Amino acid sequence: MRLLRIVPDNTRFDFMRFRRISFPISAILSIVAISLYFFHGLNFGIDFVGGTLVEVQTKAGPADLAKMRATIGALKLGDFQLQEFGAPDDVLIRIPEQPGGDKAQEAAVQKVRAAFGDTVTYRRVEVVGPSVSTELLSYGTIGLLSAIIAILFYLWFRFEWQFALGAMIANVHDIVLTVGFMSLTHVDFDLTSIAALLTIVGYSLNDTVVIYDRIREMLRRYKRMPMPELLNVSVNATLSRSIVTHVTVAMSLLALLLFGGQAIRSFTATMMFGVVLVGTYTSVFIASPILIYLGVGTGRMGGGEEPETPPAAAAAGAQSPQTPAPAPARPASARRARTRR
Amino acid sequence: MLFFSRWKAAAILLTALAVCLFAVPNFFSDKVIARWPDWAQRHIVLGLDLQGGSSLLLQVDTGAVRKERLQAVDDDVLRLLRQARIPFTGRAIIGSSVLVHITRPADVKNAIDKLGTLSQPLSGVMGTTGQRSLDITEKNGQITLTPSDGAFTERIRQAVDQSIEIIQRRVNELGLVEPSIQREGVDRILVQVPGLQDPTRLKEILGKTAKLDFRMVDLTETPEQAIQTHPPADSEILSGSKGEKYLIEKRVLVSGGDLVDASPGFDQRTNEPIVNFRFNSTGARKFAEATQANVGKPFAIVLDNQVVSAPVIREPILGGQGQISGNFTVQEASDLAILLRAGALPAPLTIVQENTVGPGLGRDSIMAGERAAYVGAGLVIFFMLVTYGLFGVFANIAVTINVAMIFGVLSMLGATLTLPGIAGIVLTVGIAVDSNVLIYERIREEVRAGRSAINAIDAGFTRALATILDSNITTFIAAAVLFYAGSGPVRGFAVTLGVGILTSLFTAFTMTRLIMAYWVRLWRPRTVPI
Repeated sequence: MRLLRIVPDNTRFDFMRFRRISFPISAILSIVAISLYFFHGLNFGIDFVGGTLVEVQTKAGPADLAKMRATIGALKLGDFQLQEFGAPDDVLIRIPEQPGGDKAQEAAVQKVRAAFGDTVTYRRVEVVGPSVSTELLSYGTIGLLSAIIAILFYLWFRFEWQFALGAMIANVHDIVLTVGFMSLTHVDFDLTSIAALLTIVGYSLNDTVVIYDRIREMLRRYKRMPMPELLNVSVNATLSRSIVTHVTVAMSLLALLLFGGQAIRSFTATMMFGVVLVGTYTSVFIASPILIYLGVGTGRMGGGEEPETPPAAAAAGAQSPQTPAPAPARPASARRARTRR
Repeated sequence: MLFFSRWKAAAILLTALAVCLFAVPNFFSDKVIARWPDWAQRHIVLGLDLQGGSSLLLQVDTGAVRKERLQAVDDDVLRLLRQARIPFTGRAIIGSSVLVHITRPADVKNAIDKLGTLSQPLSGVMGTTGQRSLDITEKNGQITLTPSDGAFTERIRQAVDQSIEIIQRRVNELGLVEPSIQREGVDRILVQVPGLQDPTRLKEILGKTAKLDFRMVDLTETPEQAIQTHPPADSEILSGSKGEKYLIEKRVLVSGGDLVDASPGFDQRTNEPIVNFRFNSTGARKFAEATQANVGKPFAIVLDNQVVSAPVIREPILGGQGQISGNFTVQEASDLAILLRAGALPAPLTIVQENTVGPGLGRDSIMAGERAAYVGAGLVIFFMLVTYGLFGVFANIAVTINVAMIFGVLSMLGATLTLPGIAGIVLTVGIAVDSNVLIYERIREEVRAGRSAINAIDAGFTRALATILDSNITTFIAAAVLFYAGSGPVRGFAVTLGVGILTSLFTAFTMTRLIMAYWVRLWRPRTVPI
């Protein structure tokens, strides 16, 4: 039975060559994303800015949006939003936070209910008062930051500090670009978005760690291979696994995106962007080359450019299949100690 | 790596089976499960976004709790100093302290001794904390009593506990099904009622403190005069239901706490809706004394600082029974009776967050979730088969057991499943496959490098497992942080993601290896079929 091989064996792409392009591109995209955040802003949901969300389904056919807008406008509840939500008879109404503290939010809901009476079924009513919304925002942001820091420490513990820093930079890069995406597409930014961002953090690190693990193994095995070539070998070796996994996760997400319904649409869309970005770009073109700039493997022959050592070294290495079990030794310092002699 | 002793294999299979069995109760209705033993009844609870229902987050007014505490201290100071016949002046509540000035310097020590009895040691979780409930200082004859922070926190905690009980009673009176009422944080209460569509009545019932007092009307001035000048020290201005003003004494003759029953009814003469009430023996006695001493004068029935009615006492009421009328509608009388029966809340509650999901949306969400899950799983299974052939089958079996175990663990925890939670499970399927992919790709490499089939498989497992551990732990940290930082549906996502990672670690280290080990033993392959 012929099996599907998306990635042929023994690929030899020179990924590291592109770092001269990928770094500037990423820098520019990050700046664009950050300016989008400040100038275009995020579409903050009621979880973070307070307010009321009412999803109604008109009982008598498709909704007359203009009429509904007029009805709500007459209630004088501030700058409200009204839009179709997934089906012609499904309408989402969003009312901003009313002045007057938590009690005022309740009054607003009552007014809306009274205005529409029995002509609609209320699919969903969500009210978030000012005290809770400020909390959720701070918890969400703190959560995101503490996750990144916690993972940084874990990586520092398992690998060396350059790896931890490299992973964190790649991670922050992913988050910045995803936030830029969210700003551009104006998706709802609420608690589920924080969940999506945190999942992207986890997934991005998952991917980076797999490549770093291979790099670490290569560093121990091939003590003389220059960094760019070593990184290329590592990435090429893990390429098959990466593609298969990314395709699998993308398929799960695609199913969620297409069939999961409107309620989690913003969540799945964000996740899809993050996962695709991570899978195809960041781990290979940012997280790996950055190790060169962070000084991993300095002291190796040709610390930079020419891939002199022939790939025959890889074949030679394969004859001795026993690699020492992962010891707490620190390969970089051992290498430096050797070259100092 | 590929060797499994019979005991080890049996242990692994039994553990997996046991966990999966916990998922079984989910397939049966509640009625059927109720006959099983307690430990077998645990099942997944559907979140409100899947079940439909209302959730209200209530905040206890801690300011009111503080004020009440200070008032209590103030009353105690008055009582103790009068008992000890110590003259004083300037008794007042300023900020968060009670101040009083002792007129004669000679009395100061005596006063401090007497007032010191009010301060009690606070106990924490591990016995006394060394703090006292009241800090008493003195300077130039001016004594300051400040309730300590520990005392306030303790009082707030008690208020929340009391409120939960009273909410429970009120909700029961409304006849609502299986409400869940829990403390949330330091000063909040989460009330969840599955199936409730319109929480308006519930909100009204919970929004009222229902503090009922019986006090005398102060006739020394008219309300208008009192508003112009200051009301006398022991009275205050209160409004009636239509805005009319009354001057009422602050002293409470009888309070709602002594009520033993309240029921709605109709006035015999006017047929308007009223509430009949009955006091316990203490309340009846106080009521009798008060009415005997004040025949011919009006007394006020005050509910939540509003005057409901102020009838004139025609004759002493010795039986401890009476009725409250105040232009109620039938519904209002019925609600008031409920509130009085359940008891007064120790502090006002404000609704800070509300979430209501209709059954239509709930059903749609479940359907959408299921569809996405099946399609996603189908795609993944197909892809694994096409890419890895026989090994793909092994991986699919392992992932299926993984998902069953996720449901098992969620059942054991009695966890809540939300729509983001379902998304978490679908995502976990994708991530769980990764472990198998890592192993298989490694095996392919080892084969290319020239190893024999069995050695390649063995080496593949050995090399890959460390990477699997590292990568999964990082995702797990993200899930753990999300659990603490999130709330509601997001927490559901964090739980399923976290549980999914743990079970996928278990299956990666055991299931796939086990299946592979037995296949190798039975088939003794020369070549690896990937």
